[in-house]
Amino acid sequence: MTEPLKRPKRKDPLKRTQQPLYPQSVRSRTAHGLTKAAAEGRFELQTCDDCSTVFYPPRDACPNCLSDRVPFRPVDDNGKLIADTTIRTSTDPYFRERTPWRVGLTKLDAGPVILSHLHGDVLEGQRVRLALKLDKGGAPVMIALPEKDTPNMADDPHLREMTCDPKFRRVLITDGRTPVGQAMAKAFSDAGANIVFVGIADPWKPFPGQDELKKIERVEIVALDVTDSESVTEQAEQNGGRIDIVINTAEHIRAGGIMQRHGVTVAREEMDVRYFGLMRLAQAFGPAMRGRGADGVNSATAFVNLLSVHALMNWPQYGAYSAAEAASLSAAQCLRAELRSGGVRVMNVFFGPLDTEWFQTVPPPKVTPAALAKAVVQALQHGLEDVFVGDIAEDIRARLAANPKALERELAG
Amino acid sequence: MSLTPSNGSARRAYDGVVMCAPVTIPYVRYSTDTAHWWIGRALHQLTGTAGIRPRDIDGLVLSSFTTGADSAVGMTQHLGLSPRWLDHVPMGGASGIIGLRRAARAVQNGDAQFVAVVAGDTNHVDSFRKTLSSFSRFAQDAVYPYGSGGANASFALITRNYMNMFGAKREDFGKLCVAQRDNALSIPFAMMKKKLTLEEYMKARPISDPLHLFDCVMPCAGAEAFLVCREDVAKSLGLPAVRVLSTIERHNSFPDDPIQYRGGWAMDVEEFWQMAGVKADDVDLLETYDDYPVIVTLQFEDLGFCKKGEGKDFIRQHTFTTDGTFPHNTSGGQLSTGQAGAAGGHLGITEAIRQLTGQPIGKPVQDAKIAVVSGFGMINYDRGLSSGAAVLARAS
Repeated sequence: MTEPLKRPKRKDPLKRTQQPLYPQSVRSRTAHGLTKAAAEGRFELQTCDDCSTVFYPPRDACPNCLSDRVPFRPVDDNGKLIADTTIRTSTDPYFRERTPWRVGLTKLDAGPVILSHLHGDVLEGQRVRLALKLDKGGAPVMIALPEKDTPNMADDPHLREMTCDPKFRRVLITDGRTPVGQAMAKAFSDAGANIVFVGIADPWKPFPGQDELKKIERVEIVALDVTDSESVTEQAEQNGGRIDIVINTAEHIRAGGIMQRHGVTVAREEMDVRYFGLMRLAQAFGPAMRGRGADGVNSATAFVNLLSVHALMNWPQYGAYSAAEAASLSAAQCLRAELRSGGVRVMNVFFGPLDTEWFQTVPPPKVTPAALAKAVVQALQHGLEDVFVGDIAEDIRARLAANPKALERELAG
Repeated sequence: MSLTPSNGSARRAYDGVVMCAPVTIPYVRYSTDTAHWWIGRALHQLTGTAGIRPRDIDGLVLSSFTTGADSAVGMTQHLGLSPRWLDHVPMGGASGIIGLRRAARAVQNGDAQFVAVVAGDTNHVDSFRKTLSSFSRFAQDAVYPYGSGGANASFALITRNYMNMFGAKREDFGKLCVAQRDNALSIPFAMMKKKLTLEEYMKARPISDPLHLFDCVMPCAGAEAFLVCREDVAKSLGLPAVRVLSTIERHNSFPDDPIQYRGGWAMDVEEFWQMAGVKADDVDLLETYDDYPVIVTLQFEDLGFCKKGEGKDFIRQHTFTTDGTFPHNTSGGQLSTGQAGAAGGHLGITEAIRQLTGQPIGKPVQDAKIAVVSGFGMINYDRGLSSGAAVLARAS
């Protein structure tokens, strides 16, 4: 039985903050096939196209028939834990301060035997489910979970090292004026966040949904304008040392391409919100988060970017907007590299057209703000890194993988 | 003489080939010297013992984990050797046996006259952790990130499974460790020379369950070497020597076993005894590769000293001390002497040569004529991949 997490007490400001460490994260190029699957929350192993053998660890030839047609494919994650051990001495500083640490060998029904971390509720000889997760260093690792969910299982200390669960954490939603920002506030409050800071630019200006937002439990409205460096810095000075998760909901959505516009004013605004805005947030909040990656139950854990799936391929109907989203995505990849040493995850959430006023003329399927918020919370609970929300986002992702050129032509209309 | 083993191919005997001039450079826990220094000391002592000049060494087999960017080739220039036959055997604890196999054939076929089989490793304060994290691609991708418990964690799983399968107890493994410590008490260079009791073994601090402190070897620096040459050459130099009756080698045996409960020896045991022309009962001493006592137990079973799963009963029947029944790891093995990197696979070989030629460092095994030496190495992912063994006999 997993001991439920206790709500962390107020931190003693005189106490030294534990410095973040992470397990060895070097992997062979082939093993990054696991990184790809783990980043999106899938359980995949190499499966031989010629003889169907499923194998592990990652190899460059099938150990049964020597074929090199050995892609990663989804496989059955069920198996039996055949032996476990509790490591009490470790040569690695990350594990050394976390021992005792259990690991074990699982014989998968699909064939291979896999060394994995163990959830506290699994015992030797039992049936288990293996999951692929990203560890504190962003490297792919296996963990054996109980065959069926157990009470408070997300609170397991080993599992929680691999997830970004909002429970008892303090969240900053950067823009609460939008329906998405308000849906996020509700979802994170419901998910057990300790405080949900909601940023509002020019708080004296009223906005729709204001009263409902204020009524949400543990929501605290704060002044924040991502287009104003001073505002962002001030907010970081006030609360930056206790923000564990940033959800960047600041958006600037306008229809139209780039040729038939007058000048660059709108495009500049888009870039100011989406690219420079992210940079301002990164500069103001990033360093403190990176330093607090191992700061107990409510350590800094994730920086979430909400991105149009058209960051991955331009949609000329919203062409300038797509370009700003692409800039934001590129900056987020940079931030991911920069926050990695602190064990803080950068999660990119790609969504299709939203069911909001700025996509009024776009036909369904569309993503409701509530659905997007729910997906973000779940993705953090699972510790994902790349998330696709909604049918359009999934569709674009699949078409991009199949043939980017076809997608480019088809989006051109 | 030729033999026809189970696989149908003939194995040629090692007629006219002997091993001699066993060398051990006394081990230290940490060394600020390099592997090159340790290997140099071993070869220096080897030539002194054999009464030959360094330039007479025309064949070299090198095993080491810590020579950095230098392979055996770089080592020839570093040490000023000009061999006409060279091999680099990076096979961990199986290197000694496999080096012997290579060397014996080279000498037998006239490719070289004096083959020095040498292994040496240094142990800097940080070398062990660095070796672990980059030991193999599978270790990097699929082992080290899981708690970084090193070989201890991997063998803990193998030990746990063996205990579950066959009912062996910690006390059984403890008996082996205690007997080896008794054997080490007369070895001056053993890392651990304090008598060990079963109670101390049982109460030792846990390392990776079910392994406790005295189940684990202590990494150290050291070097081992011996010479392989023709029997008539050894005789003319006045060197006491031992013959090679048979050898086996196997890699990645039984890949379908979910966990290792047998090693490669089990695949080749029939051929092993057939080629040797002796039986397990004829063996006067056994030197196993003892990185962990469970692996010793596998060797008892897989080399045919007892049946699979009966290791615990075999352990309960014998003393394993040098002067007792079934002398085993008579210099204390790695568990008491220390694990000098790749030289761990040569420790039993030099000890067996000494015992068979009546020049033991510690206590003698009375009237020892036949010895079996076994090697095991290279835990790549979840199991040790390489195994080997040799039957050695006193020359005349």
